[in-house]
Amino acid sequence: MGKENIGLTLKVWRQKNEADKGHFETYKLSEVSTHASFLEMIDVLNEQLIVEGKDPVAFDHDCREGICGMCSMYINGRAHGPQSATTTCQLHMRHFNDGETITIEPWRAAPFPVIKDLTVDRSAFDQIMAAGGYVSVNTGNAPDGNAMPIPKEDADEAFNAAACIGCGACVAACKNASAMLFVSAKVSQYALLPQGQPERKERVLKMVAKMDELGFGNCTNTGACEAECPKGISITNIARLNREFLSASLTPGH
Amino acid sequence: MKLDAKIPAGALPEKWTKYRSTVRLVSPANKRKIDIIVVGTGLAGASAAASLAELGYKVKAFCFQDSPRRAHSIAAQGGINAAKNYQNDGDSVFRLFYDTIKGGDYRAREANVHRLAEVSGSIIDQCVAQGVPFAREYGGLLDNRSFGGTQVSRTFYARGQTGQQLLLGAYSALSRQIEKGQVEMFSRHEMVEVVMVDGKARGIIARDLVSGKLERHSGHAVVIASGGYGNVFYLSTNAMGSNVTAAWKAHKQGALFGNPCFTQIHPTCLPQTGEYQSKLTLMSESLRNDGRVWVPKTKEDAKAIQEGRKKASDIAEADRDYYLERKYPAFGNLVPRDVASRAAKEACDEGRGVAPTGLAVFLDFRDAINRLGKDVISARYGNLFEMYDKITGDNPYETPMKIYPAVHYTMGGLWVDYNLMTTVPGLYAIGEANFSDHGANRLGASALMQGLADGYFVLPYTIGDYLADEIGTGKISTDGDAFVQAEQIVTERQKRLMGIKGKQSVESFHRRLGKIMWEYCGMARNEEGLTKARDMIRALRDEFWSDVRIPGTMEEFNPELDKAGRVADFLELGELMVIDALVRKESCGGHFRLESQTPEGEAKRDDDNFAFVSAWEFNGLEGDPILHQENLEFEAVKLTQRSYK
Amino acid sequence: MNNLTTLLKSSIGRKLMMALTGLFLVLFLLIHLIGNLQLLIPDGGEAFNIYAHTMGNNPLIQIVSKLNFLFIILHVIYSIWLSRLNKAARPIGYAGKPAQATSTLSSRNMGILGTLILAFLLVHLKGFWYEFKTGADIMMVTYGTETIPDVFPVVATAYSNVWYAAFYVIMMGVVGFHLYHGFQSAFQTLGLGYNKYKKLIQTAGTLFAILVPALFALIPIVMYIQNA
Repeated sequence: MGKENIGLTLKVWRQKNEADKGHFETYKLSEVSTHASFLEMIDVLNEQLIVEGKDPVAFDHDCREGICGMCSMYINGRAHGPQSATTTCQLHMRHFNDGETITIEPWRAAPFPVIKDLTVDRSAFDQIMAAGGYVSVNTGNAPDGNAMPIPKEDADEAFNAAACIGCGACVAACKNASAMLFVSAKVSQYALLPQGQPERKERVLKMVAKMDELGFGNCTNTGACEAECPKGISITNIARLNREFLSASLTPGH
Repeated sequence: MKLDAKIPAGALPEKWTKYRSTVRLVSPANKRKIDIIVVGTGLAGASAAASLAELGYKVKAFCFQDSPRRAHSIAAQGGINAAKNYQNDGDSVFRLFYDTIKGGDYRAREANVHRLAEVSGSIIDQCVAQGVPFAREYGGLLDNRSFGGTQVSRTFYARGQTGQQLLLGAYSALSRQIEKGQVEMFSRHEMVEVVMVDGKARGIIARDLVSGKLERHSGHAVVIASGGYGNVFYLSTNAMGSNVTAAWKAHKQGALFGNPCFTQIHPTCLPQTGEYQSKLTLMSESLRNDGRVWVPKTKEDAKAIQEGRKKASDIAEADRDYYLERKYPAFGNLVPRDVASRAAKEACDEGRGVAPTGLAVFLDFRDAINRLGKDVISARYGNLFEMYDKITGDNPYETPMKIYPAVHYTMGGLWVDYNLMTTVPGLYAIGEANFSDHGANRLGASALMQGLADGYFVLPYTIGDYLADEIGTGKISTDGDAFVQAEQIVTERQKRLMGIKGKQSVESFHRRLGKIMWEYCGMARNEEGLTKARDMIRALRDEFWSDVRIPGTMEEFNPELDKAGRVADFLELGELMVIDALVRKESCGGHFRLESQTPEGEAKRDDDNFAFVSAWEFNGLEGDPILHQENLEFEAVKLTQRSYK
Repeated sequence: MNNLTTLLKSSIGRKLMMALTGLFLVLFLLIHLIGNLQLLIPDGGEAFNIYAHTMGNNPLIQIVSKLNFLFIILHVIYSIWLSRLNKAARPIGYAGKPAQATSTLSSRNMGILGTLILAFLLVHLKGFWYEFKTGADIMMVTYGTETIPDVFPVVATAYSNVWYAAFYVIMMGVVGFHLYHGFQSAFQTLGLGYNKYKKLIQTAGTLFAILVPALFALIPIVMYIQNA
């Protein structure tokens, strides 16, 4: 265990709205508890700013337990900060040193425009999901849950892909701002399960088309997305997405 | 006002089947002409919005988060109950019904709970069909586990992320309807008022959180699915944005609020470490299957641990008090949530807590690791241990976890009848936002079940009963006086908030409210404390309205203003909770009145005087709320005092 | 909709073009290496001269050679197109630089590596391919009954210059880095980077990226030493 309290210099991206150019602002914080989470540290900063009559830093956050996918900060050059497999909300200040300067930026990608400061609009992900990220089954239409056994291996692998929290760290970390990891996770989940089969080809074509239309970059297989994904989604899913897409576009009638 | 729960006639097991076959319908051609507003996109809201849209209604769905997928249902870990009896261990609809009624300490409505148990199986089928990756056995069939001390294995799960997977399933169904144009989705929108026309809910005023603009939306019915109000305690396992605003606005427009004091305190959460703490993190209840809860026998040892002079491993076996095993030999560490929470509080009140704050107990896996090996423990709880390590920096394989109870779920909520309609015609409440199914205490893995039951399989049927009369209404204009006035009221309220220009942040008021609630309306309550709390909350509310500082303007993205609106509502709700707790002079479920306990210090229920639902009518902030009682009648179960000795 | 058009218009289609042209070039590199290694046979250049002559006159090889140029051009055009799209996907870059890398140096710098290789290719073509075809002072040499151009001295002379030889060696390093990412990446794009193949492709790709450029680099080194 290091020190209980540390002092920090924060370089925070401030941008009034989408149209504003934006700039970095520097803040000093003293006596930050190393037990606090990163977002709690920002809370402390904001409390200080409000009392001083200044505008607090706007940032997205909600569950603060690493599952809702809302928090989204690019910290010292890394999506969700220096600790791997961790969302910003679960990153704790014990991973920083006394006197350190921390640079905090929003996710940067054309399809994720800045709303204010560190808050970005990720509705592009919802649009990709709406394009085909579902099984078309109306409520009440389902056969018995055990009517169709699914090999445990397939179920487990589908789960690994389904663990995606849609935070967008993959896009933020990718040097090309590609959304392939996000799309591949959903496509994989359904490609691996029998329930996903009827719409398998149509789904991948539609989701990729929407992804492209929204202006995400092209995947160059650097693997940065996988390294920064807080849920450890593997780029094996991207290989599967490529395969699914190639096979779907080479199948006549689709 | 006379409360009519509209429970259908007939024997309990047949009520729902019969009712479903006779409830009025709306034809497909007419459904197209009907707009339904759904506020909230958690399990209840998303499943309802999707199912209603599939039926042909035009749906407008609202959520304050940036995406419907982020609703806090996503954080549920443990699982979802269903009376499938896949394990052949004797489970049945009746048993699930009975366990839920008993677990709720006999303060829930039988007919609703029975219906919940009846539809539980269909939920699993539906989710599997959506591609929800539930845990499976090697034979490829669905796996179950026993949860929260039940005697059958009826809990379906998806690792420790069941809520996430179920919500993503509902979100996918919702997304499909959005693509089809059946659902219009409004993310980053907060409902700030219910619009009433001729005594019926006819729409809402919503704030576009990005632009700050107020919007009018009309509908033939409004469904509140905005979740629970645990954040009134400031520190809870809820998400930061979870709030009571939608439900509270409904309440102020005439919807009665049921059992507001029934809150669930979850025993296995991470303790608070400092003033900066913004929320508490839940560790799955399943940990109690293998972990042993203890504190040192003596205050001296506890003090030494608090001050860092001793470690857990320095305390000899003979000097440890495994208090749950000692007090409740039959159930041991698996006693229900409320009992485990209270026992932890007692131990800490005696000065035997183990964190620097004195507010924590040990959850120790040493014996389980010795007995089963590290690999088995890792397979069972690996991800939870990692999460604990990540947050606290301690390794639970080597040193016991420190846990403390935290507010987790609110059983209370808007009072609804059998149709899930509030006392305001056309205004519905589903999921955690209503009071309906969990009585005074919710069983583990039942919240997900209720949310999805309401959204997928109950509301889509029952809403027809009301909407059948609305087919001739036609499009509801948002230019009418009611909409104009409602918008004006919201504007005035926001202007007033912005105009205070005081010195203290919204957060600081919220934190202070939370402390009052936790201290006087938390795990143990008494008349003196509650009376004091009521005055304190009123004073704090006055202070808030005269000294809060909200930066920025109304016409922009302003999270501080959003938060101020929510805290203002919590400051009103808090008082109602205290009043409700004062009136209920018995101990039951999550509500423990110090005046009502057995000689051994256990909760004492009073069925003669309190076998009713408290449904509160808003009566202005200066006046006292008016209590209505829905008497609970039990046909199928016999009331017994819970005992876990 | 037309499937092939959909494919070619899509981001994955663009990547597919990079992968397929890249893999062709990988194959070409291997064949090129086998031919070049004959420079090291101590026979006064006979094997190499025969190889060069065969290559220059076989109609099938000529077609492949044209394809090779086409694929190089396509590879370059697509890479420029992709780079522009990728730049547009992130108009404002980050200020923060990571203390610890989350991807390989190769993968992040394929564009720069590729540009260097293209520059090298131009020098290379000018120095050898163009010389072989048009060089004024190329003598003829007779092996058995056949008289063919004696191109071996062109190479030998070039590599006797220490700077020229060093340039080749360094550029082979660049090729190695490009291949290190490109090889695996192509298979990933083709959708094969999964399960058991993933490891195999990684190992093969790493070996290829080390061995092939190393053997290429060996040629100028050996020839320089021989001439020195």
